[in-house]
Amino acid sequence: MKDIVIARLKKSAIWVVLLLLVVVFTAANPRFLSMNNLFTVARQVSMYGIASIGMTFVILIAGIDLSTGSIITIVNVMCAYLMVNMGFGMVEAVTLSLFLAVLIGTLNGMLISTIGIPAIIATFATQTIFAGIAYLLCGGTPIYGFDPRFKVIGQGYVGPVPVPVIIMILCFALGSFILNKTYFGRYFYAVGGNEEAAELSGIRVGRIKYLIYALSGLFAGLAGIVMLSRTNSAQPTAGLGYEFDVITCVVLGGVSIVGGFGKISGVIAGVLIIGVLTNGMVLLNVSNYTQMVVKGIVLILAVGFDTLQKKRSIG
Amino acid sequence: MSEDFVLQLKNIRKEYPGVTALKNVSLEIKEGEILGLIGENGAGKSTLIKTCSGAVIPTSGKIIVGGKEHTHMSPQLARENGIAIIYQEFNNVRELSAAENLFLGNPIRKGIVIDRKAMEREAEKAFAQLNINIDPKALVGDLTVGYQQMIEIAKAIQQDAKVLIMDEPSAPLTNAEVDSLYKVCELLKSKGVSIIYISHKLEEIFRLSSRIVVLRDGEYIDTLQTAESNVDELIRLMVGRELKDTFPPRPPAEGEPEVFFEARNVSGNGNKKVNLKIHKGEVLGLGGLVGAGRTELAQMIFGAVHKTEGEFFLKGKEINPKSPREAIDLGIALVPEDRKRHGALLGVSVKNNINMPIYKLISKFSVINSSKESVTTEKYRQELLIKTPTIHQEVKNLSGGNQQKVILGKWLAANSELIILDEPTRGIDVGAKFEIYKLINTLVENGKTVLLISSEMEELMGMSDRIIVFCEGRITGELKKEEFEQHLILKMASDVQEDEE
Ligand SMILES: Nc1ncnc2c1ncn2[C@@H]1O[C@H](COP(=O)(O)OP(=O)(O)OP(=O)(O)O)[C@@H](O)[C@H]1O
Ligand SMILES: [Mg+2]
Repeated sequence: MKDIVIARLKKSAIWVVLLLLVVVFTAANPRFLSMNNLFTVARQVSMYGIASIGMTFVILIAGIDLSTGSIITIVNVMCAYLMVNMGFGMVEAVTLSLFLAVLIGTLNGMLISTIGIPAIIATFATQTIFAGIAYLLCGGTPIYGFDPRFKVIGQGYVGPVPVPVIIMILCFALGSFILNKTYFGRYFYAVGGNEEAAELSGIRVGRIKYLIYALSGLFAGLAGIVMLSRTNSAQPTAGLGYEFDVITCVVLGGVSIVGGFGKISGVIAGVLIIGVLTNGMVLLNVSNYTQMVVKGIVLILAVGFDTLQKKRSIG
Repeated sequence: MSEDFVLQLKNIRKEYPGVTALKNVSLEIKEGEILGLIGENGAGKSTLIKTCSGAVIPTSGKIIVGGKEHTHMSPQLARENGIAIIYQEFNNVRELSAAENLFLGNPIRKGIVIDRKAMEREAEKAFAQLNINIDPKALVGDLTVGYQQMIEIAKAIQQDAKVLIMDEPSAPLTNAEVDSLYKVCELLKSKGVSIIYISHKLEEIFRLSSRIVVLRDGEYIDTLQTAESNVDELIRLMVGRELKDTFPPRPPAEGEPEVFFEARNVSGNGNKKVNLKIHKGEVLGLGGLVGAGRTELAQMIFGAVHKTEGEFFLKGKEINPKSPREAIDLGIALVPEDRKRHGALLGVSVKNNINMPIYKLISKFSVINSSKESVTTEKYRQELLIKTPTIHQEVKNLSGGNQQKVILGKWLAANSELIILDEPTRGIDVGAKFEIYKLINTLVENGKTVLLISSEMEELMGMSDRIIVFCEGRITGELKKEEFEQHLILKMASDVQEDEE
């Protein structure tokens, strides 16, 4: 009986943490709990949320994708360049840049799966490469001056709900659908749990890796489009360091770094915690650097908790 | 009165969500005694002995050791009291040498540096003491499972164990290795070490133990004096009913045999020019010593390892599976020997494990038909008597034997034509073994073809229609059913030939 209660508590621990944060920030500044501010939080985290779907898949198979930030940047620059410098229409530009994002993801997949470079090195290399290419493409200066309709993606509202929040929710739904209802989801968990046994169960592990890194590229690309529309200009450093926050959200959400374990619902909580933390600290006038310190500590706590848990269940 | 006992477990109870693994089980062991512990898969044997090391914390009950009562143990406490356990699926560090493994956790030091020389010297002494011949410098990953097991035992002795608990130590061992295990056990017994010995092989229990404790469904059933008991009584107590035949009869295959699968001059993965034919609807047994090349051949047929030479034919057509997926799509299944590494997806549910090879088939636009998924799972759970509270239970929470059943279920669900079974009953209790034999018969009756790899002589002879024997990557003999004889098979299995080239 006691065991069951403890197991329940462990599962919902992350929601308890979220609740505590909300209570603390509200106590410190009642404005925090206003409808307005809550939607602001949701809008702020929407890009993390979107990119976190792909990262969840990657971490589920015990991989890592450090190129997320660079993909966000290059999608920003590429999409803006196509629209502004080459006169492409909005839809074409967005489609082409998302295609580029998938291509970069596929390249990651090839390096990792076909050549066999460890994910951390492969995606670190592509991170550098595409950050550099993005910079070269825009000559180091921001690109702006888009079709005014483009703003809708990042700044529009449907009723009171910001459009990026709707996109995020759709992505969460899609991610959860893939993981729970399709056989791909089963394959992801299997590969993450034991690659060898998965292969011997008839899963083509190599192909699954391609697919997962391509999806990670796609979701990062989508986050990039939302960001471009929100800021209305493409910055050569737009996505710098983004992968860090995205990884933190996913790991905080209980997706195990050793693979095979995790759920989208947890990741949603992880994303919200990072959002609330950031927003709350801004409201409390905490400096940027202090925020960095806090987020780093949060990452250590999340991974530490996960690792200790693993150790105990093995013992 | 408790002075006579070196270790006593009193009314141990262990509850897991949905399962009560142990219901007030008591057990005690005297100095210098070998106690057999038996019971069906999932009876609670592993759970019970894990309470002695603190790996499992009992829900209630007492553990009395060294004159003190404890509500639960800890690894530290176990070590202080000289309790050492060799787990069912033990782990040692494959990248370390035998000597380093022996001193894992408390290496011999000179100042702050590890004194490798001294460790190797001490290891040599320890191995000699047990009459085992292991090079202390050898990497553990390169040793056979049998030797790895011996290192585990040596490690326990090194730590001055007074009570040594072994959970199915013989399961991965060859016959010769089992013999040396017997010797080691008897040697330790004569030195006053107490041993709890868990096994599904009753002849081992009779050979070694002086008393036997029987568990069933987490309950203590009885303690027997080995000398006054017999196999039938043990089985009856374990299973709770009579079990007559060990091998269910199967009518002989009728008509002209049709060649279903053929290997022609196949080399690779340690095998040299293997030629064999499997007929439709037959059970072809592969005999030989561990490492003779049987598992290696199976891996090539299944596409897990590529052959370097020769051809495979399925129903007369040449096939060349490059991945397990291709083999599965051709109708081939492999139940692998190493269940922890290759067989089960431990962190995944029973349901997902069983359906893994067929997910594509039961999906539409990649969306899984979840009712089919559950129906298939329930079917094999019942047919194979898989003991689990729900089909959503993660496989790692099942007992060792039940994990094996899940793997079997997975390949039965795949409905393959050619089923390769590599040591299918390893770690499986007598009752379930019988069920698996019956299942093999049903498969054959339904026109499936079975390739059975087994190191258990009775099983091989009892179940096969024909036996082909391997030795060092070559076929050294073939026997028809009426020619089956243990000494013939053994002779062929050790028939060492010189390389012709
Ligand atoms: N961590 C766990 N969580 C949930 N149930 C468990 C756990 N560990 C064991 N069990 C359950 O407890 C029961 C006893 O398991 P145990 O491993 O002790 O069996 P066993 O007698 O060693 O069987 P085998 O011969 O197959 O190894 C089983 O029903 C098993 O499913
Ligand atoms: Mg067991």
